[in-house]
Amino acid sequence: MEYQAKELFAKHDVPVTLGTVVENPDDAAEAARGLGGRVVVKAQVKTGGRGKAGGVKLAETPEEAVERARDILGMDIKGHTVHRVLIAPTADIAEEYYFSFLVDRAHRNYLCIASIEGGVEIEEIARTNPDAVAKVSIDPGTGVDDAKAAEIVAATRFPEEVAEEAKAVIKKLWDVFIKEDASLVEVNPLVRLGDGHLEALDGKVTLDENADFRHEDHAQFEDKAAADPLEAEAKEKGLNYVKLDGEVGIIGNGAGLVMSTLDVVAYAGEKHSGVKPANFLDIGGGASAQVMANGLHIILNDPQVKSVFVNVFGGITACDAVADGIVHALEMLGDEANKPLVVRLDGNNVEEGRRILNEANHPLVTMVDTMDGAADRAAELAAK
Amino acid sequence: MAIFLNENSKVVVQGMTGSEGQKHTRRMIASGTNIVGGVNPRKAGESVDFDGTSVPVFGSVKESMDATGADVSVVFVPPAFTKAAVIEAVDAGMPLVVVITEGVPVHDTAEFFAYAQAKGTTRIIGPNCPGLISPGRSNAGIIPADIAKGGRVGLVSKSGTLTYQMMYELRDYGFSSAVGIGGDPIIGTTHIDCLQAFEDDPETDAIVMIGEIGGDAEERAAEYIKDNVTKPVVGYVAGFTAPEGKTMGHAGAIVSGSSGTAQAKKEALEAVGVKVGKTPSETAQLMREVLEKL
Repeated sequence: MEYQAKELFAKHDVPVTLGTVVENPDDAAEAARGLGGRVVVKAQVKTGGRGKAGGVKLAETPEEAVERARDILGMDIKGHTVHRVLIAPTADIAEEYYFSFLVDRAHRNYLCIASIEGGVEIEEIARTNPDAVAKVSIDPGTGVDDAKAAEIVAATRFPEEVAEEAKAVIKKLWDVFIKEDASLVEVNPLVRLGDGHLEALDGKVTLDENADFRHEDHAQFEDKAAADPLEAEAKEKGLNYVKLDGEVGIIGNGAGLVMSTLDVVAYAGEKHSGVKPANFLDIGGGASAQVMANGLHIILNDPQVKSVFVNVFGGITACDAVADGIVHALEMLGDEANKPLVVRLDGNNVEEGRRILNEANHPLVTMVDTMDGAADRAAELAAK
Repeated sequence: MAIFLNENSKVVVQGMTGSEGQKHTRRMIASGTNIVGGVNPRKAGESVDFDGTSVPVFGSVKESMDATGADVSVVFVPPAFTKAAVIEAVDAGMPLVVVITEGVPVHDTAEFFAYAQAKGTTRIIGPNCPGLISPGRSNAGIIPADIAKGGRVGLVSKSGTLTYQMMYELRDYGFSSAVGIGGDPIIGTTHIDCLQAFEDDPETDAIVMIGEIGGDAEERAAEYIKDNVTKPVVGYVAGFTAPEGKTMGHAGAIVSGSSGTAQAKKEALEAVGVKVGKTPSETAQLMREVLEKL
């Protein structure tokens, strides 16, 4: 969110005005008074287009700031509920620029995208005025030194009078990108103020979760309030779960196979009243009884779910271990297990896996040998 | 022949003495891979016994290469140490480095990939990948060796379990090589690198290419196929039902706005004549039809 991005900017000396974050409209008055009375009230959500959605408002007085905060708190912006607003001082803006660093997947290095036509979304600038968008490739081995910063300034055609300061700001934003392990650092707008200085007026930083081990302070940026409750619980249990809008619960092993399972279920659903997959859940390589039970627990607590499809290809994990996992998970869950399970096992030690499930003969469990057949059966059960 | 890995490959394991490293080294040896050493500076001079096969531990990648002539390294070290491990292998001039480790920060990968590019002597596969197998010849990574026999189909995939699934579907035909390139935003070896190698490999007749949402690697592969690949290619793309803005398991598997969708990838591949299956089984069926005509 904006205020969090600004905190990271401030940490690396990028020129920025932090303002005050409030969760209660009444606190907006004092915050506004502290900033001179005339302020901007800005919704803090992890999505763009806040201005268009009415989530950014000017307030002339502290009283008005309270009113605007009251309007904006609780608003829904593209599915994100506003729990916080930022009370920020108004800025005397002379010009608006766009600036970003990001990971360039295609070229397997970094890319700087910048424009002197900021203030609107970069996709918009690229469409209406592509010549105004500068793209400068960055070698991860050398990074952004003085020469690279100068190259970016020249390519963007920053006005002469801000060129020197722009170089300095660019190097500080590079520090944010590298030292915070960000996959995206975006400033929009980067503004030239009336006094000629640059300031990051709004920004967005995407942090690489894989690097959390070397950034203990990044845990504070996680927005627990905004996360789906089932997703939050799954995360606590170390499960890779994404809630979707459908009726067939999905458990599988391996990200690719689970994505594929969702697709196959969606196709099968076309023949069964249009039922859809309810979630993405990858239980990974070692599908122990506990992991299987945790996964089933999350899925069975989704009130939309009508049936569950367990799709496992035994690679490293043997199918008999997975079958044991399912049987024990159902014992552990007891009465909580109350929806039909369709299980498809294939691969390593599949005969033994199927034998275990046959022997257990659990009333809720149906085994189907192929992925397509099992998806069809799970969709059919969900459509009933 | 096969690609990148064959019966002459001499493999060392960085991180062999850790639990994952030990488990998979045992599996690699059992499937006939010539494992010539492990690397761990704290255990240099020792050796590890794998069901009767004694494997020496060296203090550095360089020492292991000098002593054994190793030309492949498989990396199992934890994410925090992966960058240093890969850079050490690149410095030693290791021709092929297969990075199995999941959870490597993308800046670390960007850095070691750039480093390897600058040196120009090392191919990296991964990170966050199952490695590669040339069935019956050698196995560098964690792909189960008993799914499929050797044969004349080449397979390249971002996903581990979909690699296994597809090998299983086409197990009667068998594979020259199957390469899991990994699901991270930056990877050392791409679909295009593998397509090129399979095109050049006289023992590969046809290629299965498995992609998934995120980035535009599949679109670029399609461009490449149009001008450079004469062998038949059959494709599969996972993630048609993935919502925008959510990471689906793999760090790189995310639809951002309207880019990176499965539909766009499928269309790009079909536009250059690649047959794309809706499901893994349909994809296998398409490949069977191709192989029967050859």
